[in-house]
Parts: sequence; structure tokens; C-alpha cells
Amino acid sequence: MAKLYAYISHKNGVADDTALELLTAAAKIDAGASVTAIVTGSGADLDKVCQEMAASYKEVLKIDNEAMAYPNAEIIRKALVEIIKDDDIVLLPHDTFGMDLGPGLSIKTDSPFAADIVDIEGVDGSTLKLIRQEFAGQVYTHVTCDISSGAILNIRPGVCKADESKAAGGSVTETSVSADLSAGRRYLETVIPEAGDVDITKSDVLVSVGRGIEDEENIEIAQELADAMGAVVSCSRPIVDAKWLEQSRQVGTSGKTVKPKVYMAMGISGSFQHLGGIKGGFMIAVNKNPKAPIFQVANVGVVADILEFMPELTEKIGDL
Amino acid sequence: MEILVCIKRVPDNEENEIELNSAGNDIDRDDLVYSVNEWDNYAVEEAIQIVDNVGGSVTVVSIGDEEVDEVLRREMAMGAEKGIMLTDDAFEGSDGKGIATILKGVVEKGNYDLIMTGAQADEGYAQIGGMLAAMMDVPFASLVNKIEVGDKTLKIGREIEGGNQEMNEIDLPCVLSIQTGINEPRYVGIRGIRKVASVEIPEFGASDLGIDAGTIGEAAAKVKRVDYFMPDLGDGAEMLEGSTEEIIDKLIEILKANGGLS
Ligand SMILES: Cc1cc2nc3c(=O)[nH]c(=O)nc-3n(C[C@H](O)[C@H](O)[C@H](O)COP(=O)(O)OP(=O)(O)OC[C@H]3O[C@@H](n4cnc5c(N)ncnc54)[C@H](O)[C@@H]3O)c2cc1C
Repeated sequence: MAKLYAYISHKNGVADDTALELLTAAAKIDAGASVTAIVTGSGADLDKVCQEMAASYKEVLKIDNEAMAYPNAEIIRKALVEIIKDDDIVLLPHDTFGMDLGPGLSIKTDSPFAADIVDIEGVDGSTLKLIRQEFAGQVYTHVTCDISSGAILNIRPGVCKADESKAAGGSVTETSVSADLSAGRRYLETVIPEAGDVDITKSDVLVSVGRGIEDEENIEIAQELADAMGAVVSCSRPIVDAKWLEQSRQVGTSGKTVKPKVYMAMGISGSFQHLGGIKGGFMIAVNKNPKAPIFQVANVGVVADILEFMPELTEKIGDL
Repeated sequence: MEILVCIKRVPDNEENEIELNSAGNDIDRDDLVYSVNEWDNYAVEEAIQIVDNVGGSVTVVSIGDEEVDEVLRREMAMGAEKGIMLTDDAFEGSDGKGIATILKGVVEKGNYDLIMTGAQADEGYAQIGGMLAAMMDVPFASLVNKIEVGDKTLKIGREIEGGNQEMNEIDLPCVLSIQTGINEPRYVGIRGIRKVASVEIPEFGASDLGIDAGTIGEAAAKVKRVDYFMPDLGDGAEMLEGSTEEIIDKLIEILKANGGLS
């Protein structure tokens, strides 16, 4: 009988938000299944996370090994390959760790891989029916995955509501790995980016520009609006990639997490990596594409060319 | 250093608004503008910079029909010495594993120290590099945003959550998937593309690569896109309508009410 596993990411003794989201995702595959949490790491932090997970998962599989003190995907893969059998299904978060681990794990366990899953419709025989998005959320797709030889499924963080019921009363089982845990890739250190000229997380109002700003020179148009409003300019990732603004101004999963009173999304499409950095506040979106996904999450929307709209808004605010 | 960069021709997200077609089962493919996948372009630039520093050559490879010729030449105009086109009816309908299997075939025909892919492409699976590395039993790193070349190893940075950078040492040969922002890809003009217009690009099919046709293509694919659709997403934002003046007046009221003007 196939088993369902969820891989638990954790840091400093605390499980990641995705830990309980994967429990919800697993229930969408098989509502009655007993789901096993796999927790790897080392020492007291690991014990803490395992205890925490036993409240939510019936079975917690603990792998305590010095070599896994830092989550190196290559090493963790070796451990998982020993645990996963035939048609078992493994759920991973589709974050920077899941992207590192999932594809290779699918090859080594000879099971198919589906990633960035936003919803699970259910199982029909040996076919798992999934929902994904393409083109940064502009369109959705139905995807089928043949699970007769198991599956590795990367679930997008934040799409499944965390199962907070904590009613499992589960137990922790320890297991060890027999494989040689040396790796071709060795973790050295984590480098924290330098603080920038402004701290966008401290601002109540953000005028945030995306690729719709089109040109480096146009950043000034956004700066003028921000000045008129008493706001700070932040941005989406492509603006930082192009080196038009400093990384410290980037909002999103690989940038800053912000919680302003008002967030003005100017020429931003609304990708999940961008939205992942916005934790509340009133959102106003201006975009020339009436179907831009950002309008699904914004409170107020305007269909307009930001290069024309922003100067007019700046002028009107100046006249107040 | 001999570097192979795997590139894909995709609908350009920057140039197109992607919408459903009138039948509602596919995207509207009329007038779509295609280009090289954004992530791949950063990978090619990085490969060229490495070769500029330590010597060697860059080869770009793409799977597809005649249409990929254009993106291969664009990347060759940037400075990739060689291009390879992988084309065969048997490749059609491959899932990620099928694509990685095909690429493994071309990797084995060469003698590469480093293989690069983009971190992800239009479909957003972020899978090819990791699968290829596992099939070849070489180390892999995803989301690479820094590379320093050492002796038989590389020192690489991976982008992780919060913009932090995870530094690793990785043995060569290896596969890296490259994240945007790692460099500033050079501009390619018409003249550059003209210069490589007559360079011969070899083409290989499944049998040239020694690939068992049963392991690729539609029949072998276990992960399949059934259709495109738009769910009912509810109401979404309150859209402000009217003349620009009216919209701005309303917006200023809304800003005031929500603490957006100080
Ligand atoms: C691992 C990973 C991490 C990532 N982390 C982040 C992150 O932290 N933050 C982040 O932002 N992204 C991140 N991304 C990138 C993300 O997937 C998107 O590519 C990015 O957010 C898109 O930025 P955008 O909305 O500005 O650009 P686009 O998606 O290109 O959207 C531009 C929008 O502007 C509109 N537009 C164009 N011109 C105009 C105009 N003149 N007037 C009005 N509207 C106009 C268009 O209609 C479109 O909706 C990450 C990606 C990966 C793979």
C-alpha cells in the first residue's frame, strides 16, 4: 500500500509554514490516509520540531544525523531514497529547497515529478489530477500525473490552508541512514545581503514598480509620486535584476516581506513570488492589462498606462 | 572549461499578454512573440563570462523544430561558439523526464565540465537541471546567482528565501540551474546575429543520441497538461472607471481613507 510522506522544512527548531500546508495537500490526495512527516536534522532543534509535528502527523519519522544539520538537498536525497518505496508519494514545498531536491529525487526513486502545484482535484484510479498555473498566473492548467509508480509533488507555499487541528496525537520514530553521506556539493555559509539606503519594511506606504516601468529613467516618475505621497519606492524582481534599484527594495519571496498600510502595485503582474512578500495592507494596482492576475488580489484596480497615470496622480496630489 | 547551456524557445512573457483562445482550451497562439527563456539567457551570459576568464568554449543546445534555430543563433551571437539542435518527431509530448533524457543523450556525446540550464522556463516546473544531474550522477545546484571557478570545483551562491545567499563548494563536472540577476546579459544587435547566420548547426535525433524512443515523447510521459482554463476567481479588485480625472479623484479619496496620504 502506497504511503504518503510530507517533508518538513524547519529552521532554528521551528517548522516552516509549509509543514501544515502539506498535511492539507495530502488530505486532498487521500482524505483518510495516515500521513508520515519526515524530519531531518540534528540535535535539540530537530527533537523540538519532531514533537511539534507529532501533534499534527500520525507518524513522524526522525532522521538525526550531523551531516544533515544543514538541509543539503543532495544528502537528504540519499536518506529519502532509502525510505521511499515503489508507489509512495512524497510532498515537498515548492520553495528554494524543494526546487533543489524534488527533480533529482524523482529520478532516483523512478517516480514522476510535478511542481508548483496550486491545487489537487483528487485521484481517479492511478491518475492524480492537479491544477497549476503558467505564464505567471495568467492562465491555469489541468495536469494529470500517473502515480502507479509513486510521485514527487512540489506544492506551492501558501496555496493550501495550514491544517491547524493538531489532533493527530502521533508518535516519533527514529530511523537511520546506511548510505555514505558525503556529497559533491558542500554547504559553506549563508550570506545575508547588505542593508540598503532605505528600509522598505518600515514604510507605511509603498509605491512599488514592476516591469511595466519599462525603462530605468522612468523610475524617477515613481519616485516623484512617492515623494508627493510621503511614500517609499519598492519594486518587483526584474527591476533589481536589471540593476535599476537596489536589492533591498525588492518585495517578494527572494526579497523583503512588507506589511504597509497601502501598497501601490504599478505595472506588476502579480506572480506568487512577488505576492509572497506582501503580508497585508490595502492594495491598489495599476496595470494596462485588464486581465493581469494582480487584479484578483488587489482591493482597488485601475486599467491604465502607469507612465501616463503616475505623473497625473502626482500632480493632483501636489495640488491638494 | 567546456560548458553546455540548455536553452528553450518560449512565448515572451514581457511581450505578450497570455490569454485563453475562444474555444477556452488552449492559449491564444496567434501573434505570440517568442524568444529565448529569460533564465537561459542569463545562463548563456554567465557561461561566456567564465570562458572569457578561464578559457574553453560554450555550446548552446535546444530541443525543437526549425524554429529554435533563431534562438540558438541569438545566443551564439552573444558569444557561444557552437549550437546544437535536437529535433525528432519522437521528442514531441515529452514530459520533464523525457526532456532530461534527451539532453543526457547530447551531454554524453560531448565532454563537458559544466552544464547549465535556466532555473525555470515558461511552464515553471524548475525541473530539467536537477533531473539531468541525477541521471548523470553528478552534483547539482539550483537557483545559482554567483559562480567562482576554482580547481576542479566551483564556489557557487544559491539564492534562498529572503534574498539570502547560500554559498557552496561543488565538484566538477556538475549541473547548475541559473537564476536571473546573476549578471547583466549583453545586448545582441542585428549585426551580431548576421555574423553567425552561416555557422552550421548540427542536428541530432533520437537514434543519433542513442536514445530508446520508448523512454521519451508522449507515450512515456507520466505528467501531462490536459488543457488550459481560467477558474472563476471571484470578484477581485474594485475597478475604478471613468475619465482619468474621475479615476484620480476617486483614488485620492481611497488613499486618504486608507492612510495612503500623509
Ligand atoms: C525562485 C524565484 C524567486 C523569485 N522571487 C521574486 C521576488 O522576491 N519578487 C518578485 O517580484 N519576483 C520574484 N520572482 C520573479 C517572479 O516570478 C516574476 O517573474 C516577477 O515577479 C515579475 O515581475 P513583474 O510583475 O514586475 O513583471 P511582469 O510579470 O513582466 O509584469 C509586468 C506587468 O506590467 C504591465 N505593464 C507593462 N507595461 C505597462 C505600462 N506601461 N503601464 C501599466 N502596466 C504595464 C503588464 O501588463 C504586466 O502585468 C522570483 C522568481 C523565482 C523563480
